[in-house]
Amino acid sequence: MAKSNKPVVWSLFAAGGTLAALLAPVLALLFLLAALGRAPELLGYARLHAFAANPLGKLFLLTVIALFLWHAAHRLRVALHDFGLRRDRLVAVVVYLAAGTGTALSLLYLARI
Amino acid sequence: MSRRPFVRLVSGTRWYFGHPRYLRYMSREVTCIFIGAFALLLLRAVERLSAGQAAYASFLAAIAGPWSALGLSLVVIFALHNAVSWFNVTPKALPVQIGEGFLPGGFIVAAHYAAWILVSLAVLLFAGVL
Amino acid sequence: MNERMVQLEVLRYDPQVDDEPHFQHYEVPCKEEWVVLDALNAIKESIDPTLNYRWSCHMAVCGSCGMMINGEPRLSCHAFLRGFAGVIRVEPLAHFPIERDLVTVADDFIDKLKRVKPYLIPGEPRPIGAGEYLQTPAQLMKYRHFSMCINCMLCYAACPQYALQPLFLGPAAITLAHRYNLDSRDGGREQRQQVIATDEGVWECSFVGACSEVCPKAVDPAAALQQVKVASTLDWFREHLLPGSAT
Ligand code: SF4
Repeated sequence: MAKSNKPVVWSLFAAGGTLAALLAPVLALLFLLAALGRAPELLGYARLHAFAANPLGKLFLLTVIALFLWHAAHRLRVALHDFGLRRDRLVAVVVYLAAGTGTALSLLYLARI
Repeated sequence: MSRRPFVRLVSGTRWYFGHPRYLRYMSREVTCIFIGAFALLLLRAVERLSAGQAAYASFLAAIAGPWSALGLSLVVIFALHNAVSWFNVTPKALPVQIGEGFLPGGFIVAAHYAAWILVSLAVLLFAGVL
Repeated sequence: MNERMVQLEVLRYDPQVDDEPHFQHYEVPCKEEWVVLDALNAIKESIDPTLNYRWSCHMAVCGSCGMMINGEPRLSCHAFLRGFAGVIRVEPLAHFPIERDLVTVADDFIDKLKRVKPYLIPGEPRPIGAGEYLQTPAQLMKYRHFSMCINCMLCYAACPQYALQPLFLGPAAITLAHRYNLDSRDGGREQRQQVIATDEGVWECSFVGACSEVCPKAVDPAAALQQVKVASTLDWFREHLLPGSAT
């Protein structure tokens, strides 16, 4: 048995999990407020656009979106296996491809702002 | 004497009903669905933002309403569950040895909770909620 | 010293006559301070001498009396009767084949234990004249809690990933490998990594944490496996990204 290459995806999973633990509740809360019709100032067009136009803002958004996606993708792969879907290879390709596509798209969108 | 070991089969699809701790584990694992969905929502927000003011305004209008509020409440709840279950096990992955002893796990967990609270407050301040 | 009647439901399996295991009900007069193992001994002595189970030390050291007691992997010498109400269900350790009654086939675990080389492998040859290997208390404490394992296999009976993927090396074996990897006198880490840093090694673990909850010696295998993941991940980046360090 050769050494595994899972460290690649696991490190993204772990980094994403830590970031999600720190940030996901409060960020989701901001959107929940928006859904309740009380959108916080930051989610208004002017401020969010200014934030995303700033290189540091871009980096923040990219990191959050990409790492959340990779975290979710890897855990979903494990969870599907736990729920009894045993086509691990196929599942891995699909979820990581999705996370990779999402990462590329977020780069693209952020570059446009 | 003949050996004829008996193998008890474990259901590959229903095993987690076998013990409460397995259900607890699965409740942690399904948080990924909500984290992933929220990441897609953020991606969509950025995409609409890049498409201009009108596009973004219609995005904000689209996510207002009771059903989004319900969905986002679930995201908040599962994100909290991920956070708590994540921080609570940090000492296991990253123990800190000081001399002959180890830093009590409670300290490491508490430090993470403190950072979590500070970060959340900072985001709320920055977002203009507080 | 009060006595009371205790009801036990014990899983029986006789490979020569049974096609599958079945529960047998016993009513045993027990002393208040007894453990489940005492009740089994009382059955064997005065009710049913055909009952088979393993035990030796009666003091949570030998690791041979592990059983499922009311669905929980426990050492039967450590499971006090006063902690149970009603009928106590006793079954052989989960996830292992049943040899007979409460006796399981442990070959798979023993084989995995051997594969991780759970002994000191000196980094370089050292003549006896060079004296003993010295170790500071701090170096000892680094791995000491992981060295408390008694090979009772309760963690395997608790681990759903071992049940779903029997090739998984499992909690105790990987923990023991980690224990030697952490030892300042050892130089065999790379040999063990070849076995444990694999898909069927530590990467089959999804951190359910059940192993640590049932471990009778507070070994905390779940922590060991997480630490092995972190260390193996650092290895991977070192081996693949640092120039000139490919092994
Ligand atoms: S790690 Fe704990 S539960 Fe597992 S075999 Fe060792 S002593 Fe038993």
